[in-house]
Amino acid sequence: MSDIKPGRLDDITLAAHFSDIAPTLAPSAALVEADRCLYCYDAPCTQACPTHIDVPAFILKIKTGNLKGAASEILSANIFGGACARVCPTDILCEGSCVRHKLDDQPVQIGALQRYATDWVYESGQPLFERKPDSGFLVAVVGAGPAGLACAHTLAREGHKVVVFDAHPKAGGLNEYGIAAYKMADDFAQKEIDYLLSIGNITVRTGMRLGANLHLPQLQQDFDAVYLAIGLGGVKTLNTEGEQLAGVLNAVDFIATIRQASQLASVPVGRNVVVIGGGNTAVDAAVQSKRLGAEHVTLVYRRGEEDMSASPEELAFARQNGIDVRLWARPNRLLGEHGQVNTIELEGTVYCDDRLLGTGTTYTLPVDMVLKAIGQAWLPLGPDGELLEMTDGKIATDDNGHTSLPGVWAGGDCSTTGQFDLTVQAVADGQRAALSIDQTLRANSRAAA
Amino acid sequence: MADLTCHFAGITAPNPFWLASAPPTDKAYNVNRAYEAGWGGVVWKTLGLDPHAVNVSSRYGATRWGGQRIAGLNNIELITDRPLAVNLAEIREVKKLWPDRALIVSLMVPCNEQDWKTILSMVEDTGADAVELNFGCPHGMSERGMGAAVGQVPEYVEMVTRWVKHYSRLPCLVKLTPNITDVRISARAAYKGGADAVSLINTINSIVAVDLDLMAPLPSVDGKGTHGGYCGPAVKPIALNMVAEIARDQETPNLPISGIGGVSTWRDAAEFMVLGAGSVQVCTAAMHYGFRIVEDMKDGLANWMDSQGYGRLDDFIGRAVPNVTDWKYLNMNYDIKAHIDQDACIQCGLCHIACEDTSHQAITREKDSKRHFEVIEENCVGCNLCMHVCPVDQCITMHRVDDGLYANWTTHPNNPAREPEQKPSAA
Ligand SMILES: Cc1cc2nc3c(=O)[nH]c(=O)nc-3n(C[C@H](O)[C@H](O)[C@H](O)COP(=O)(O)OP(=O)(O)OC[C@H]3O[C@@H](n4cnc5c(N)ncnc54)[C@H](O)[C@@H]3O)c2cc1C
Ligand SMILES: Cc1cc2nc3c(=O)[nH]c(=O)nc-3n(C[C@H](O)[C@H](O)[C@H](O)COP(=O)(O)O)c2cc1C
Ligand code: SF4
Ligand code: SF4
Ligand code: SF4
Repeated sequence: MSDIKPGRLDDITLAAHFSDIAPTLAPSAALVEADRCLYCYDAPCTQACPTHIDVPAFILKIKTGNLKGAASEILSANIFGGACARVCPTDILCEGSCVRHKLDDQPVQIGALQRYATDWVYESGQPLFERKPDSGFLVAVVGAGPAGLACAHTLAREGHKVVVFDAHPKAGGLNEYGIAAYKMADDFAQKEIDYLLSIGNITVRTGMRLGANLHLPQLQQDFDAVYLAIGLGGVKTLNTEGEQLAGVLNAVDFIATIRQASQLASVPVGRNVVVIGGGNTAVDAAVQSKRLGAEHVTLVYRRGEEDMSASPEELAFARQNGIDVRLWARPNRLLGEHGQVNTIELEGTVYCDDRLLGTGTTYTLPVDMVLKAIGQAWLPLGPDGELLEMTDGKIATDDNGHTSLPGVWAGGDCSTTGQFDLTVQAVADGQRAALSIDQTLRANSRAAA
Repeated sequence: MADLTCHFAGITAPNPFWLASAPPTDKAYNVNRAYEAGWGGVVWKTLGLDPHAVNVSSRYGATRWGGQRIAGLNNIELITDRPLAVNLAEIREVKKLWPDRALIVSLMVPCNEQDWKTILSMVEDTGADAVELNFGCPHGMSERGMGAAVGQVPEYVEMVTRWVKHYSRLPCLVKLTPNITDVRISARAAYKGGADAVSLINTINSIVAVDLDLMAPLPSVDGKGTHGGYCGPAVKPIALNMVAEIARDQETPNLPISGIGGVSTWRDAAEFMVLGAGSVQVCTAAMHYGFRIVEDMKDGLANWMDSQGYGRLDDFIGRAVPNVTDWKYLNMNYDIKAHIDQDACIQCGLCHIACEDTSHQAITREKDSKRHFEVIEENCVGCNLCMHVCPVDQCITMHRVDDGLYANWTTHPNNPAREPEQKPSAA
């Protein structure tokens, strides 16, 4: 009998399970940590950050008690510095390159210090940015995730007016719907967006979906430039027997339900949960089901640890949360009763001449809920999408985010820019594209004059 | 096992670690605890004539540095704020309980002979081992013509020391103020007056910090502040130099020195002692961490002595004094170059930017368009700035490259006042 139900844990336990996993440092702890920074020259941590935040500079400002300066240093390089402080896999970014690894095996906690400095802004509400004089240009941004909003903010700083369209009822993209609840506690995503929009000249229009009630040719006509940052709305399928059974869900949808729930106790979760995949999403879905009260959560990944796109720290976090991580295994089929999944059959895997093959050895696990987290995919837009040149299922762009269409830029997860599908990469893309748009618009208007 | 017994200007103590005259030695309660913890001696908080002094609150300010609290401490306290008779009775009682420990009584009375005569006989009567003349307190008492106000006038130092030696058989330490231009002048005055020893340094005139909201110096007493006396780890280099200057002064030969100023560890103590101090006195470190720190001071010094083969304190006291010299006798032929151990280097770039911006452009920042820090020997002048900024011990080391000859400034061609070279006489 399948066992999926809400309210496995009481409200108090759930509140504790979903509260901030890394609360901001106490002032004294922040000072001690800031003192560990060596103030490197041409610092490797800054190089490793996709938005190139000047890490030693902001840490020095924390040390001298200049929190406003520290926050400005961060947010002028990355307007989502607050979100990034919470969600960046720092072990493979800034902290991964910190020279203190070689000195005492322990990097400076850059993320925690960044959070300390940026929390100051959201607590004090101090404005840090001004707009340049109005340029007279109007830019459309499609997608209000980190890429789109970072682009909009930079454009507004440069003096342009921006309209941001988003299909969802709320702005924020995966910051609002996707990031694990305990990484972005206390409605931080919306606080950060409110602050971002307070610069002015940015209008957000929700419920507007490109390809449905919004079309590219019209945008090109009505606006001086268009920025596409629509993320990857689709989900890859398993192509496995039984995938259509009830109880088999997309991990991102499950997470979105948790993020949007007004009562965590209202979110149904299985007693036995199996998550399939090896990235952020898989880890987050596994840990969140466990914290919702699932008794046994198994994470199944078809290759080894080093192949996973989840960072080593995230995998360690999953294990700390009691997730049973099974590597070198893949689902063969899903079995059920009355249309409801109740068993998963797994098969061992092995590399053979660089190809992943099944070993033929199979075993089954009882399961009430299967969460698919094998990657996000481009969601076809219909005719609007066909206007764009694509590479590997993403919008093809140059380094500045310029697409094959004149006057149209793209960035974030939906485009080929950057090395990672991460929040910080989306922000870097958005900001870079904004500067490219600004330069192009100003150059065109000079040429026309 | 090394013998830490300290023989100093006629005073004997089981070890050279003494508590300086200050709040830690204010009364019997503290001093008993200090002796229990193992301190070899105590200089009792400065006594004065009744009516006793009165203190304000607050009294301390501190410098924080690099996450360290109390890198330096500043105080505006006066001498004891308890009646003379109470202090004297406690001194007598404590000395009886701890006959093997040094108990020295610090004194400060106005500059007149009768007052000194009076207080000296009272102190002698307690059984204390010695007196220390507080000519150093730079705040409050100096406004009343005592403390540093006396210490800054060599004639007064000599005169009062002479009175003390005249009216008392007790060994007399003269505690010097650093708030002067040349500490040797004060030491010479004490020596001429017959002092058995000098102790230094007392605190340095200072404003430790300013409260930018109150617009007043710290510590603030109801919105106003006054300069205080600075002490703690930050003043150690100043104190070491003053100790060394006196130790190598031909005009005060063999004058025992009790070293004070920022002593926090056995290593600090060893440095003072090799520069000529026969004992050390501690205040701030005890105020920061409590009396228990003496345990490592004793243990650490003894272990170090054992490792060096020093059996007694005299085996190393003053050992570094002959190596303190005038600049003009330094070997100008000595030449060292920095070297970076590439395996140890963590690539922080601090050496590069220090040398590039402020020194001699002698460290690269890349090689084959990769981050790489290496010394360009031709440009290196051997200043060793890079070695000091490098966060990794032993990563940057200095290597000698000269031919081992000696030549100093006294005969250097650029020296307008150079001494003529000694030509072999053409006999
Ligand atoms: C479950 C999960 C957890 C993650 N955890 C982390 C993490 O911990 N750390 C990290 O750095 N990264 C994490 N990521 C990745 C990170 O969230 C993304 O890389 C980042 O959000 C990409 O930003 P974006 O602006 O490109 O796209 P998105 O955040 O996806 O935003 C796209 C926006 O476009 C809108 N949109 C989509 N289609 C249309 C359309 N046709 N018309 C109009 N609007 C449209 C959407 O509603 C959305 O608001 C996670 C991702 C997932 C899925
Ligand atoms: C290497 C060095 C050389 C200095 N040379 C001079 C000098 O030539 N002339 C001078 O007036 N002060 C000189 N100073 C003193 C500084 O100007 C300054 O007064 C002193 O270092 C105190 O300031 P600080 O605590 O910020 O270092 C020198 C200091 C250093 C560190
Ligand atoms: S690499 Fe580490 S120590 Fe160096 S500046 Fe960055 S955070 Fe500081
Ligand atoms: S010793 Fe001085 S000159 Fe030589 S490399 Fe180091 S900083 Fe530069
Ligand atoms: S300061 Fe030291 S660790 Fe840093 S780059 Fe130079 S040699 Fe390497």
